[in-house]
Amino acid sequence: MTTTPEYVPIEQTPGGKKAAGPVGWLDERLGLAGLAKKNLRKVFPEHWSFMLGEIALWSFVILLITGTFLTFWYQPSMAEVEYAGPYVPLNGLEMSQAFQSTLKISFEIRGGLLIRQIHHWSAALFIAAMIVHMLRVFFTGAYRKPREINWLIGLGLLTLGLVEGFAGYSLPDDLLSGTGLRFVDGLIRSIPIVGSYLEFFIFGGEFPGDEIIPRLYMAHILLIPALLLGLIGAHMLLLVFHKHTQWPGPGRTEGNVVGYPMLPVYAAKAGGFFFIVFGFTALMGAFLQINPVWVYGPYNPSEVTAGSQPDWYMGFVEGAVRIMPAWESTFFNYTWSWNVFVPGALLMGLMFGALGAWPFVERWITGDDREHHLLERPRNAPVRTAFGVAGMTMYGVFWIAGGNDIIATQFGLDIYTITWFCRVGIFVLPVIAFIATKRICIGLQRSDANSILHGYETGVLERSPDGGYSERHAPLPAADQFTLTTHARLPVLEAPREFDENGVPAPHGRAARARAWARRFYYDGTLDKPTVTDVEHAAEHLADLDGHPAELGADFQGVSETGVPRVH
Amino acid sequence: MRKLSTRRRHPLAGLVVLLTGLVIMGGLWATVAPEPATAETVTSRDVEAGRLLFEIGCASCHGTNAEGIGTQRGNVYGPTLIGVGAAAVDFQVGTGRMPLAQTAPQAPRKDVEYSPEEIRQLSAFVASLAPGPAIPGEEYTDFEKASISDIREGGEIFRTNCTACHNSVGAGGAMPGGKYAPDIRDVTAKHLAEAMIIGPQQMPVFSDEVITPEDKRNVIAYVKALNSEPEYGGIGGGGLGPVVDGMFTWIIGIGGLAGFAIWIGAHGARVKKR
Amino acid sequence: MSDEIAKHEPIGDPGLAEHQYRPQDVDDAQARRTERQISAMFLIAAALFVAFCVIYVTVDANETFLGWSAQNFGFGFTLGTALLLIGVGIIQWAKKLMGDHEIVELRHPAKSSDEDRTEVLADINAGIEESGIGRRPMIRNSLLTALGALGLPTIFMLRDLGPLPFGQRVTVWKKGMRVVNDVSGRPLKPADLQVGQLVNAEPAVFFEEDEEGHRLYEGAELLAAKGKAAVIVVRMRPEAVRPSQGRENWGIDGILCYSKICTHVGCPISLWEQQTHHLLCPCHQSTFDLADNGKAIFGPALRSLPQLPLALDDEGYLIAVSDFPEIVGPSYPELARDQKKLDKSS
Repeated sequence: MTTTPEYVPIEQTPGGKKAAGPVGWLDERLGLAGLAKKNLRKVFPEHWSFMLGEIALWSFVILLITGTFLTFWYQPSMAEVEYAGPYVPLNGLEMSQAFQSTLKISFEIRGGLLIRQIHHWSAALFIAAMIVHMLRVFFTGAYRKPREINWLIGLGLLTLGLVEGFAGYSLPDDLLSGTGLRFVDGLIRSIPIVGSYLEFFIFGGEFPGDEIIPRLYMAHILLIPALLLGLIGAHMLLLVFHKHTQWPGPGRTEGNVVGYPMLPVYAAKAGGFFFIVFGFTALMGAFLQINPVWVYGPYNPSEVTAGSQPDWYMGFVEGAVRIMPAWESTFFNYTWSWNVFVPGALLMGLMFGALGAWPFVERWITGDDREHHLLERPRNAPVRTAFGVAGMTMYGVFWIAGGNDIIATQFGLDIYTITWFCRVGIFVLPVIAFIATKRICIGLQRSDANSILHGYETGVLERSPDGGYSERHAPLPAADQFTLTTHARLPVLEAPREFDENGVPAPHGRAARARAWARRFYYDGTLDKPTVTDVEHAAEHLADLDGHPAELGADFQGVSETGVPRVH
Repeated sequence: MRKLSTRRRHPLAGLVVLLTGLVIMGGLWATVAPEPATAETVTSRDVEAGRLLFEIGCASCHGTNAEGIGTQRGNVYGPTLIGVGAAAVDFQVGTGRMPLAQTAPQAPRKDVEYSPEEIRQLSAFVASLAPGPAIPGEEYTDFEKASISDIREGGEIFRTNCTACHNSVGAGGAMPGGKYAPDIRDVTAKHLAEAMIIGPQQMPVFSDEVITPEDKRNVIAYVKALNSEPEYGGIGGGGLGPVVDGMFTWIIGIGGLAGFAIWIGAHGARVKKR
Repeated sequence: MSDEIAKHEPIGDPGLAEHQYRPQDVDDAQARRTERQISAMFLIAAALFVAFCVIYVTVDANETFLGWSAQNFGFGFTLGTALLLIGVGIIQWAKKLMGDHEIVELRHPAKSSDEDRTEVLADINAGIEESGIGRRPMIRNSLLTALGALGLPTIFMLRDLGPLPFGQRVTVWKKGMRVVNDVSGRPLKPADLQVGQLVNAEPAVFFEEDEEGHRLYEGAELLAAKGKAAVIVVRMRPEAVRPSQGRENWGIDGILCYSKICTHVGCPISLWEQQTHHLLCPCHQSTFDLADNGKAIFGPALRSLPQLPLALDDEGYLIAVSDFPEIVGPSYPELARDQKKLDKSS
């Protein structure tokens, strides 16, 4: 804004004419104009990958709406009743009220099954969107200062989402989710020393007891949604305060945001996207069946179904538990069930711990204390990207292990072989992925450097008088060249000083040496962007060669990626 | 006639002759061929006919007198069929599992190679060797007579004994070594009953003294009732559970919504600069 | 970035691209066409919402469509398409008709100004000074003690969440209790079982009633007891059984009884391969060899499947000789200790 607008009485503004009364009434009591002034026309940058977090946000709203509807009929009680509803194959069967009320919602409440399915699909999308959003933030370096706290809040949201989803699909008390609860019972027992006490306290007695469903219900509709709401609020507040990051491009710097204003464009796009997410999820609820509990039957500890899996977001834990070798030991007169505890509890702790520590570890390695608001293309941080892909690979192998019996039956394989493949794969495949990804990133960096220094391939071939073929290159448009070179220069890597001027050895020698080693590893092979001299030199070189590039003609617009000359 | 002979060298002439011949032969066969046997009583002629079929199609693995063939290392090449009963033959041959086309961890269900009459004859032959389970009658297979409480009880028995291998809807499940419990959703009542009685391959036996014929009928009634219910919620994903839901979530859900996001962020049509 | 650094950037910032106009910006007819398109979407959405209500009133619960519930599909299709159309319409409005000039907004560093920070620190110092907490350590320490002690009732209040662990090493099985088929409650005779048979069984007490005709075990109690007492009975050829020392008479003629509860995390197992004698758990693929005393041969389970010693009562039915000599179900921290106690008492 260049000039401060003069005060115009609210009744004379275009919106004010209609809204003068109510808006004035509110402002005289809440004084929100100051806050609104800053935020109504707040600028948000435009890119589709910035909307992935929104999928999660709107899914959460849909969960709240559909979940409230479900609470009107769902009964969180494990008291036994006899089923007398319209679903014939279970007629007359003893079951818990929780299961019976779920059947009632599915078969007797009009729209009940739809709302149940929308709720479940939304939950699955909520977590999937969070993971995709987290990956986007990771690979673009958007978690760097000043957004480390937001990264941690996001991880908290992901963890809570996992627990919330687990609690939610256990509420119907059906055979499949009950088997999952049985697994959790065994998992709690495996907690060293205090396992039995925790088990009896959580279940209110021996498994399954009659307390766990009401307790999960409380966690599912009260405790965790409250925490989620609070954290989402904090997450959004920080986003608004820090302003969104943006991709590098012409006119975009670390010190500005270029995009469209909240009112009307982003309010419309976000609001419209809410309806799209809701509509799309509702269509999924119409076309795709999910969790048909009537087929599983009520929970019974002597019954189980083949192909028992938790919902997909717990699949990686399930896989870890399946491939873990049978390790259990006894010492200090206690039993230590490593075979359950390590993959069940330790693995999740390690994964979230590693993710949470990463921004700080990276900061320690790079020593970079500047604020970052421009995103980094994954190729420009090869080791970070490689770690990310290695992590995804490890997660993926655990996922495959979690579905090993379904894979075995669908593809005619042996489950034992799949188990062994995964046991070896979780160690070997991430290393291979790391190496491959790093090399690909460096290759892409070379390709970028080539484009800047030698221009892009135009597809126009020329033949020299002595018969040699060459392809004409044209310089990239200035905007593209600028975009490719906005990322930071590589820092100068110095060896730590072992001794100062007086010959006194450095007191923190070992830590500094470790850090130096880590820095070398982190920047190993990464290409730096071209220097001013490089670019000038290359420009001269471009001008030297025959037919480069001036004779392409004034209306040459370049070629598309498939080599088709562009004509507007 | 002249019209026909002038077309003798028509390019399609050969095809027409061939088709005419086939139609004539087919029609003749249809009128002259014997009716397939529907009688259920087994005669000694059936046993003899069965023995001949056995010698041709089964003896190479099961031995000329169905005594089984062992390998030098003490493994079983083809198991003995003495005492397996008519039910076993009717099941194995009637579902196409036998004759085995190639060695595999488990004999898969495939196209039935023998006609119903031949299967009856083979069963009669094997049954004549030693007493064994007979082909189950109506008390096992007449599932339409089951009442609602029968279906419910059948479901309890099914979920206690069967779902661990065959899964809640009968879609099947994995077993070690590349073996599997097959999909039982479109298996006839007779074959379902036979499987429970004989315990084919790795499947355990569920004898009539423990799971009575009425229990078996109720189990079959439950399976049929379950699979005649509509897929209430939509496309069922093959009854394979959360793994398929996860696949749909990522491919359809995130894929579709990311697609919408790309559309929202896309630049759209622009006019040439003025 | 500073000018110094900017000088060393290889390519200079060309600035924001020139604004490009959309067809709707320059051509009024196109804009109106887009307006009509968007309004049509909103109107169709409204109509679909009405269609939802029509379906609500007219379609029966037992009607099907393409093999699915007609109600569910009808509701979902109308609702979903309508919401989607509203969303698409709003997005089209934003993309095609709303102002799309790019705006530049300046960022401010996250940190506050130095003056603000100094003021805040001064305020905090003043507050601490005036409270006197620094000068009155006795108040501070006793307050901390009181607040720390507040944690005690909080923790104690959680005590009644559940009872202390009990009954982990025993099940309802007792000497002489019949082994009966699950669901039907029918007792088992050896002659009823063929080689290769599997019976999913329970202790007879689950089917017994008291004088008033109520089952002895019902509801949560029944499920808890089932979770430890469920068993499977298998029959194999007697020569295939390789009992360990002391277990030679635990089976009868190749009939063996094992716990149905996996020693890994407690799923019920009954995937029995009659020819290999292997029992597979569907949850995490732990495999047990029932011909070899239930030893775990693959998968994450370590402890072998507990075996229930069998005998015959005077009517010839299968009965348990005693409770399980090995502890049933998933491991827990006191398992080793409890197993020793169990061994001593038997």
